[in-house]
Amino acid sequence: MSEHSLEIRDLHARIADGEEILKGVDLVVPRGEVHALMGPNGSGKSTLAKVMAGDPQYEVTGGDVLIDGESILEMEPDERARAGLYLAFQYPVEVPGVSIANFLRLALNARREEGDEIGVMEFYTKLQRAVKALDWDESIIERNLHEGFSGGEKKRSEILQLLVLESRYAILDETDSGLDVDALKVVAKGVNAARGPEFGALVITHYQRLLNYIVPDKVHVMAAGRIVKQGPKELAMELDTRGYDWIRVEAGLAPVGDDEHAPRVGA
Amino acid sequence: MADLLPQDAHPDAAKLEGMAHADQYSYYMPETYAFRSEKGLTKRVVEQISYQKNEPEWMLKFRLRALEIAEKKGRPKWGPDLSHLNFDEIYFYIRPQDKKGTNSWDDVPEEVRETYRKLGIPEAEQKMLAGVGAQYESEMVYHNLKEEWEKQGVIFLDSDTGLQQYPELFKEHFATVVPPEDNYFAAVNSAVWSGGSFVYVPAGVEIDVPLQAYFLINAQSMGQFERTLIIGEPGSRFHYIEGCTAPTYNSDSFHSGVIEIIVKERANVRYSTIQNWSHNVYNLVTQRAIVQRHGSMGWLDGNLGSKVTMKYPSTYLMGEGAHGEVLSIAFATDGQHQDAGAKVIHAAPNTTSSVVSKSISKGTGRSSYRGLVQIHEGATNARSNVECDALLLDDQAKTDTYPYIEINEKSAHVGHEATVSKLNDEQIFYLQSRGLPEDAAMALIVRGFLDPVAKELPLEYAVELNRLIELEMEGSVG
Ligand SMILES: Nc1ncnc2c1ncn2[C@@H]1O[C@H](COP(=O)(O)OP(=O)(O)OP(=O)(O)O)[C@@H](O)[C@H]1O
Ligand SMILES: [Mg+2]
Repeated sequence: MSEHSLEIRDLHARIADGEEILKGVDLVVPRGEVHALMGPNGSGKSTLAKVMAGDPQYEVTGGDVLIDGESILEMEPDERARAGLYLAFQYPVEVPGVSIANFLRLALNARREEGDEIGVMEFYTKLQRAVKALDWDESIIERNLHEGFSGGEKKRSEILQLLVLESRYAILDETDSGLDVDALKVVAKGVNAARGPEFGALVITHYQRLLNYIVPDKVHVMAAGRIVKQGPKELAMELDTRGYDWIRVEAGLAPVGDDEHAPRVGA
Repeated sequence: MADLLPQDAHPDAAKLEGMAHADQYSYYMPETYAFRSEKGLTKRVVEQISYQKNEPEWMLKFRLRALEIAEKKGRPKWGPDLSHLNFDEIYFYIRPQDKKGTNSWDDVPEEVRETYRKLGIPEAEQKMLAGVGAQYESEMVYHNLKEEWEKQGVIFLDSDTGLQQYPELFKEHFATVVPPEDNYFAAVNSAVWSGGSFVYVPAGVEIDVPLQAYFLINAQSMGQFERTLIIGEPGSRFHYIEGCTAPTYNSDSFHSGVIEIIVKERANVRYSTIQNWSHNVYNLVTQRAIVQRHGSMGWLDGNLGSKVTMKYPSTYLMGEGAHGEVLSIAFATDGQHQDAGAKVIHAAPNTTSSVVSKSISKGTGRSSYRGLVQIHEGATNARSNVECDALLLDDQAKTDTYPYIEINEKSAHVGHEATVSKLNDEQIFYLQSRGLPEDAAMALIVRGFLDPVAKELPLEYAVELNRLIELEMEGSVG
């Protein structure tokens, strides 16, 4: 299985010199599957995503992350990207003066050998196809990366990039948050377009709503820096109606309150 | 006049001395030269220059008067530290024997050739920059263009030739925009100037292709004290561009040019320059334009390299409805001080101006924005907007801003905005997460920062600017 999967093994991480946020995460997304990651605010979902992508503000203190059986923890963020990992950020940054088209061409060429740069026609064909798949206006590619973008447009841009870069594994961090219903359908369409036997995704979300359009093969629930429950897609619906408390109790955590500082029940 | 001939004017003597003084960069100078002044700035040197150039009497008098002014004025007491700039060690005039240069490409040091290659400069231009005479295709293209321009009455020559061929026209406009009294370095330039461009575009003539100084420099290698005079007659429209993008290796460490531009009624003139001096050069330049009614002047000024640069393109809006624009880029790396900015004088009603300054500092580099917007009484409804943005690439780098604003007219509007930002870790991580290596991510952010200015450049210059930025960024990754 590990030959064709995105695998997280007992991962521990903290803010550089700060307190531990990930406290032993175990999770496997086999290629060809889409998994959902849910969990209360502050439980560590975004931290997990960023640690996997190599954000230097976090320090890994134990465990491993593997792409198709190979550890990526020693790699720079760009090497991880070139190894096939893609992160759609919960809060994509703005980079003034850098057009989407220009940036994506550089990003694609970074994956190719020098002298083997992508042809201009080939690139624009690819880009335009992705823009169309997201029901977007073509002029968007000349806009600067997220400069003046609405919240929804930023999310759509993250999916556009995913389609163009054709990564093998994607982590989508609350790509549905802040989207209206139409935009949600468009984003789901984009992700479903990427879906296939060679693609695996971990979709972080708070809402069952998204999972109606992107039906997950499995649902993982995170609380206090750990995966505390796993189940089939029906688990998401149950969370929608019942909330997280029962899972917390099951996991031996305090039913409500701050994840980070909650004392263990009975401790 | 024979007594003006200096002792070492004999070609052989000069050759011997030249060899003794050779250092790693001196290939830039021809191995043999017809004449080199003695070191230092003296009356005798100024007389030698004028004599060598066979100039009209009025120019010699002008030079000598300028020298007196310089001596009286002394150096400016503000701005960057110039205490290491020693005139007694500088040759103020060197005349190549063969205008085409006599060096062979093989004599150019490998490290310099490597830099040119990295810059991606076409081979023909590399050779020109290295002072190697060569015939090449682009020169032919240029000659065809030039013929076409000449039919329309356009003059595009180096200034020495301009003075010889068009003495009346030259004298009428020369030093009317920047008189030697203006500032110390303008006075020094006036005393010892040599080279530069002379451009005259007749009324109503519009030229779409930029006039590129590069072709003139080929004919006579650019002096350290160039004097450029540009005249746009009423209703003319053109773009003059000087791309000095290769590091200008030169054993001499002082460059002080004067650029004078006259924009007559409804004329539209743009002057663009990207300069990249070697890191031992003091680059002290006076650039000024006078703009008449409804005329428009645009400066694009890119400053890379050098040890110290002081450069404040200025625009005097003298006629109603005149417009001035300055786009400026400065990049200061280790040991450099870029003191650049802009000066706009609104002296007539309904004049408008805009200044956009973008500076980048890295390591021990320091960039300063020094600007003046002055609105005279009676310049009703004058409008000016200044925006200066500084980007710091690390914790050590420095930037400062000296924006002076003087408004003597109630109905005027002046806007000023300044921002300082640091290279943002989140942006770097984001770009890296898309597959760009850290150095490429940083370079891309810097390019994006400069984009509002760079996109005003013709494509090939924008490409060269980007390459230069990448070279300057090398070694930024900690
Ligand atoms: N760089 C940081 N500095 C300080 N605290 C941090 C940092 N990154 C994460 N944390 C803390 O770690 C915990 C987990 O945060 P994280 O953003 O991973 O939660 P999340 O599960 O994504 O929450 P949400 O559902 O609200 O997006 C929070 O308490 C957060 O404040
Ligand atoms: Mg989050």
